[in-house]
Amino acid sequence: MDVQAATVLAKYLGAGMACLAMAGAAIGIGIIFGNYLQAAIRNPAAAQQQFGNLIFGFAVTEVFGIVGIVVAFLLLFAL
Amino acid sequence: MLAGIANLARGVAMDPMHQFQIRPLIPIRIPMAGHLIDISFTNSSLLMIAAVLVTILFLTLAMSGRTLVPGRAQSVAEISYEFISNMIRDTAGPEGMRYFPFIYALFVFILACNLLGLLPFSFTVMSHIIVTFAMALAVILAVVVIGFARHGLGFLKLFAPSGVPWWLMWLIIPIEVMSFLIRPFSLGLRLFANMLAGHLILDVFASFVIGLAGLGTLGIIGALAPFGVSVAMSALELLVAFLQAYVFAILSSIYLRDALHPGH
Repeated sequence: MDVQAATVLAKYLGAGMACLAMAGAAIGIGIIFGNYLQAAIRNPAAAQQQFGNLIFGFAVTEVFGIVGIVVAFLLLFAL
Repeated sequence: MLAGIANLARGVAMDPMHQFQIRPLIPIRIPMAGHLIDISFTNSSLLMIAAVLVTILFLTLAMSGRTLVPGRAQSVAEISYEFISNMIRDTAGPEGMRYFPFIYALFVFILACNLLGLLPFSFTVMSHIIVTFAMALAVILAVVVIGFARHGLGFLKLFAPSGVPWWLMWLIIPIEVMSFLIRPFSLGLRLFANMLAGHLILDVFASFVIGLAGLGTLGIIGALAPFGVSVAMSALELLVAFLQAYVFAILSSIYLRDALHPGH
């Protein structure tokens, strides 16, 4: 197999592998929202106050899933 | 139907990246210092101007009545103001309200750009990392300048949080510095990647609809599935447009809090 074909093959394989990063990010986001729901059901009065922290935690966790998919798109379309 | 499959097999390529191309609408190239500087008026510039005009028009027209009991449009304008001002008071405290125009402008500009990008034949300004990175850099520069202006060298207390034992400082301070330096990148990358991924997914599912519909009557029935997904993804993109604008604003507000009250 020549270098060109091997490069294209490796890029597609790498793009597929980069998508596995989203599994960790998805689990993390689920943990954050699950904990918020648990705590909100125990203490509904304080739930609205912590909404800002919820969105902040979601945003910083989502970054890692997004970085994974950006690597996949970079491999597929830009490199 | 076999002809359709033959079409697909011939590999009419799907190019979802084409929607992100910058098209110069009015080419302007200025020779400067031996090079040709390109400051064309592009589709990106047009959408940015459109976002600013839409925002200014909406806010001035909605508040022009100035009734005590607000009508529908005035309610929306007042809700957007209160939403951001409550967020700033919760995160950066009352002295953060000095920087309310900055945070509000960031929020409303990003929201308008994201929403305008959802229209057909439009362009998503925030899907280019240089745009989001420039905004993130502006926020972090503001944080650093405000921090040093208010506290002088005491701003560096930010990197040595209170309550850490002295024998751990050699580890904590480099970690804190690195996590501070990564802020502009994470702030810009989050918005960029959300917008890029969202619009790529919309384009890919739309091309599935077209590709399947080209396979004959059975294909047209099958194309209803990616069509349904396209509708659902558009709804998700609407949510993400609001959410990412809010996340950018709240993170800028949190970083501003670090400038106003360093040392946690």
